Amino acid sequence: MMHLLYSIFVDPFVQMGAAPDLLAQTLWEGLVSGILYSLIALGFVLIFKASGVFNFAQGIMVVFSALTLVGLNEHGVPAYLALAITLVVMLGLAFAVERVILRPLVNQPEIILFMATFGLTYFLIGVGELIFGGDPKVMISDQLRLPSGSYRIPMAGGYVQMQKIDIAATVIASLMVAALAILFNRTRIGRALRAVADSHRAALSVGISLEQIWVIVWFAAGVVALATGIMWGARSNVSFALQIIALKALPVLILGGFTSIPGAIIGGIIIGVGEKMGEFYWGPLFGSGIESWLAYVIALVFLLFRPQGLFGERIIERL
Amino acid sequence: MSAQPQLAEGAGEIGAPERALGGTILVVEEVSLAFGGVTALSDVSFDVREHEVRAIIGPNGAGKSSMLNVMNGFYQPQKGVIRFRGREFHGMKPYEAARMGIGRTFQNIALFRGMTVLDNVMTGRSLKMHRNFFLQALRLGPAMHEEIEHRRAVEEIIDFLEIQHIRRTPVGRLPYGLQKRVELARALAMEPTLLLLDEPMAGMNLEEKQDMCRFVLEVNDHFGTTIVLIEHDMGVVMDISDRVVVLDYGRKIADGTPDEVRGDRAVIDAYLGVAH
Repeated sequence: MMHLLYSIFVDPFVQMGAAPDLLAQTLWEGLVSGILYSLIALGFVLIFKASGVFNFAQGIMVVFSALTLVGLNEHGVPAYLALAITLVVMLGLAFAVERVILRPLVNQPEIILFMATFGLTYFLIGVGELIFGGDPKVMISDQLRLPSGSYRIPMAGGYVQMQKIDIAATVIASLMVAALAILFNRTRIGRALRAVADSHRAALSVGISLEQIWVIVWFAAGVVALATGIMWGARSNVSFALQIIALKALPVLILGGFTSIPGAIIGGIIIGVGEKMGEFYWGPLFGSGIESWLAYVIALVFLLFRPQGLFGERIIERL
Repeated sequence: MSAQPQLAEGAGEIGAPERALGGTILVVEEVSLAFGGVTALSDVSFDVREHEVRAIIGPNGAGKSSMLNVMNGFYQPQKGVIRFRGREFHGMKPYEAARMGIGRTFQNIALFRGMTVLDNVMTGRSLKMHRNFFLQALRLGPAMHEEIEHRRAVEEIIDFLEIQHIRRTPVGRLPYGLQKRVELARALAMEPTLLLLDEPMAGMNLEEKQDMCRFVLEVNDHFGTTIVLIEHDMGVVMDISDRVVVLDYGRKIADGTPDEVRGDRAVIDAYLGVAH
């Protein structure tokens, strides 16, 4: 018993102190995967804010956009042109979703819209397999001039290894978040977006077009999906299995709150770092595989204390 | 909500406005609206003249709110035409109505509860801001200038409605009466030609009602805004409106000046019931 307590509460911290380079390495890896989780969660938050829909299809949008990019390149389209065309495809998808799914289902209960995004998911899987085949593909990192290789930073007798692609992912994700934050807080489109999120009726009465706002957020979510797809694809490869990462966004959203952009970022980083730390220092205690469920446990514990999430809007209801 | 008529005395002590009415600005022509098998409006026709305060009254369930919702495109009538400033609509979109200069408030307040009063009122300027949003994002030159200009207009409206002290408060925290006022401010920020008010004084105490009456009349007077309002308080209606439409079971049963309507047999029957 004493031994178990020791190995839970003391030993991991002794290890951290003894090998700061390993600690730094773990933290860095956690940060990087956390930022990728944040990107996925961000896609969810955008759509949830503007239309109150939990978009189950966000995961497949990541795969679909990445496949489109790689597929186009395989057919001889130069990488950057393929990137531009993929953006146009995502814009087309946003228009199609608005026209075919959202407009006819407006004012229906949220669960119906949620189910509709399930339909969208399987539709995109079907179309994706039909066009690009079901085999995993390799992300065209070189053609996109994404950096490869790594830096070694010496530290306390050992070293921390940082993949250049991870650094690039961090920078790109940060830029994207900054751009979205500015869009939301400083422009008339941002104000309109927040208005739509708050009340459809009131937004309509001041002349905001719901259709236009929906296309904008779905396109923004599509761009975020593409960025996620490129970054994630560059670390492993692009396959339909990747859509499972959408489920990883769930604990991030619970942690960060469904409506908060900073929440998605911080939540993602907490989950990413928590997972890596847990696996490295506490994993051996439970055998392996702690990474697959730890995130949900963190989120669950969190939920007990702050049901609205870290930055979620506190629900104040006048009765 | 009480449907009790107070056919003689009312809340306001403000006399009926006296000013020249302009030409016809809006025509409702034989509008019929049904939800499934339930008829909300049948063959309703009336007109609204420029600068007037036009009231729509009637017992509960008479179709008043439905009429307002048809007038700004929230409901699409099955039959009939709305003519606004010479353009004919068989069914317009709400944002088209807003673009044409029709503002409105709701019976059960529709505000952006998470936003401050200032932000709420600023949304009313959405249609008036045209600068490229990249410029807005960076707060550059003309966009900055535009933002300041609209901010000034909004502050004027906020002053006008005497809600300066709460301009940074999230709307969800305000008491009901003030929320109603913020909603009016947001509609005014659109600088509408036609303002539709759905029970602007419902649920208010006497003092709040008098304030609201004053605001409605001042808006009408100052900005020349044409106003169509639904109200249950007969005293208020008779005091502030130029002409009154009376609906009952989705049909128009009377139309005229307050005095004409007050003496109308059908109106009295509708309100007090008919002895058979």
